[in-house]
Amino acid sequence: MTEMSGADMVVQALVDLGVDTVFGYPGGAVLPIYDALFNHPTIKHVLVRHEQAATHAAEGYARSTGKPGVVLVTSGPGATNAVTGITDALLDSIPMIVLTGQVPTNLIGTDAFQECDTVGITRHCTKHNYLVMDPDRLGAIMHEAFYIATHGRPGPVVIDIPKNVQVATGKYSLPEKIEHQSYRPQVEPDADAIAQAIDMIAAAERPIFYTGGGVINAGPDASAALRQLVSLTGAPVTSTLMGLGAFPSDDPKWLGMLGMHGTYESNMAMNRADLIIAVGARFDDRVTGRLDAFSPDSKKIHIDIDRSSINKIVPVDLAIVGDAGRALDALIAAWADKGHKPRDLGEWWRRVDGWRATRCLDFPEKKEASADIMPQRAVKALFDATRGRDPIITTEVGQHQMWAAQHFGFSAPNRWLTSGGLGTMGYGFPAAVGAQIAHSGRLVICIAGEASLQMNIQEMGTVSQYRLPVKIFILNNEWMGMVRQWQELTYESRYSNSYSDSLPDFVKLAAAYGWTGLRIDTLGELEAGIQTMIDTPGPVIVDCRVAKLANCFPMIPSGAAHTDMILQPNDIVGTMDDEAKALV
Amino acid sequence: MKIKTEAGERHVLAVTVDNEAGILAKITGLFSARGYNIESLTVADISADHALSRITIVTSGPPAVIDQIIAQLDRLVPVHKVTDLTDQGAHVEREIALVKVAGTGDKRIEALRMADVFRAKVVDTTLTSFIFEITGTSDKVDRFIALMRECGLVEVGRTGVVAIGRGSEAL
Repeated sequence: MTEMSGADMVVQALVDLGVDTVFGYPGGAVLPIYDALFNHPTIKHVLVRHEQAATHAAEGYARSTGKPGVVLVTSGPGATNAVTGITDALLDSIPMIVLTGQVPTNLIGTDAFQECDTVGITRHCTKHNYLVMDPDRLGAIMHEAFYIATHGRPGPVVIDIPKNVQVATGKYSLPEKIEHQSYRPQVEPDADAIAQAIDMIAAAERPIFYTGGGVINAGPDASAALRQLVSLTGAPVTSTLMGLGAFPSDDPKWLGMLGMHGTYESNMAMNRADLIIAVGARFDDRVTGRLDAFSPDSKKIHIDIDRSSINKIVPVDLAIVGDAGRALDALIAAWADKGHKPRDLGEWWRRVDGWRATRCLDFPEKKEASADIMPQRAVKALFDATRGRDPIITTEVGQHQMWAAQHFGFSAPNRWLTSGGLGTMGYGFPAAVGAQIAHSGRLVICIAGEASLQMNIQEMGTVSQYRLPVKIFILNNEWMGMVRQWQELTYESRYSNSYSDSLPDFVKLAAAYGWTGLRIDTLGELEAGIQTMIDTPGPVIVDCRVAKLANCFPMIPSGAAHTDMILQPNDIVGTMDDEAKALV
Repeated sequence: MKIKTEAGERHVLAVTVDNEAGILAKITGLFSARGYNIESLTVADISADHALSRITIVTSGPPAVIDQIIAQLDRLVPVHKVTDLTDQGAHVEREIALVKVAGTGDKRIEALRMADVFRAKVVDTTLTSFIFEITGTSDKVDRFIALMRECGLVEVGRTGVVAIGRGSEAL
């Protein structure tokens, strides 16, 4: 038990919790903590240019390492600017601790300078939050917050610390056991349910694994267990946007992503399956399409650490609450215990191969060197050029994100960082900053759209300051492409406010920040341009001009079933009714 | 285009929570954010060390929604236990109302007579008013208040429902 100031307690707790990096921005209400961090020997503080970017950088750090990301911001606007990233972390289940300064306790509620009700504002976008009124409680709360952020379904925890609590002294001790007094998420799956599940899997004629971000969150061992279980059973695998990388994309059992911009084979296999094994995925509306037509003939097993995800949207036949990795391990053990042998799934695979034969990710393109670059080609070329370098890929949100998900292959978890649940434009670039901080020697590329990138483009300064070799690869079509695509499909091409007008010259912008800027205009320049980007040390921004009006296909239109995918533009007929328009 | 809504059934939930600042806002915010109904909600500290509170929530919804409400409540960090008393079976529900009736003459006599029938207690009286205290199920309280509307009702305060399962078992 040591007596120390609240600010020192915060820093001591961070050290004791193994934190090496804090993303933040100073201000009046956190000056004592910033002073305690001054020239700290082990904790690196990364100064961002906007608090939202601090939260996304912390997400990038967390998603690429598996460790919680830590954010430090001031009261009032510091806290409100962080709200988008906190909500993003909640929806994508990312462990994050956000320390916010607050006005002194005697001024709370007086509309003091830079005061806002941070715990009130963040109550519903955090997993849990605290307002610390007593310095003696601060140390314990720090430890408890890390426990909550990283146990059960991960998520963001806010600790709001009034300035006088940072200055006052209190008692700090390293807790013997770090936990919450009553929060005990179920991690171990129920043995009876596992036994029942493995019998269902062994008996299925048309099984499919539908995996999600929960497998990534359960750690690399969970991805290894998934691969083992798939090889035992011989069933095909599809995944959500958040789950990419848990199963290798070059494996013949991989069907690609499912859902709105998923592959035809994934969606058809989901629709025709007799058993869906959902692992760490939550039947999001982007995945299911029209609910009353979602996989009508299948039994469904749902493994999830969050019981509220089960039966939320799609009723399932067997629920298994627990950690995805533990459940997969238990299924593998049960498979051996029961002496199950893989079934002959030949007929099922023949049908899957029939759907694959549509080659749904093919796209029309001209091959001459002077031709416009199709955005899909740009992503494929980037994938080909970086194969073997094990890059970490982040994306912004929109068409480029879906093209990256469709055409960039991943063979391991924690390499794909994207905003799935909240769909936050402005996520990708700061997430790349966070990932690069955590992995200094790795190739980190943000695949961006020219519109999304501008939502946090100020972080170019952060990259310059810390000499991070982040690469930004812009698929520049001069449109908010996904908005324009929906306006084309749903609103008879009335392109209301979706044109990216008055774009900066990204090459000159790069120069202004001390980066290298490149522009790629034609197909003939694509490969060499990408190679130059990779070979150039330090940060590089690539303004890759792509075909302006390309649409992202295949696509399940709003309100349609998996079987009603649009494969190519000429499949589109008629206009949409109001029911379909009302769906997002 | 019309927006459809689904009919539901009434459920009484007992929720034990850490007695900490903001917990009530967290629970009510969950209901409003996810579009669940609250018919009544009561909360009070129930433990000797003031560490725990019990919240009784009367809600309504189709079975799948009720199941979601319970799951969503259960995953909040400060929530210890959620029990669906309706689902569990026999339980006792009580609510208290204070009912102020003003008037003179026959209506005043009639109000007193009906209060007697409902076993409502007179807790305050003046020459021109009564305050009745009535305890019972929400249904009984509703019926009493409806009758009092005919006898000069001027003001009502209700506690909302508290409920507890029958028998020797505890939550």
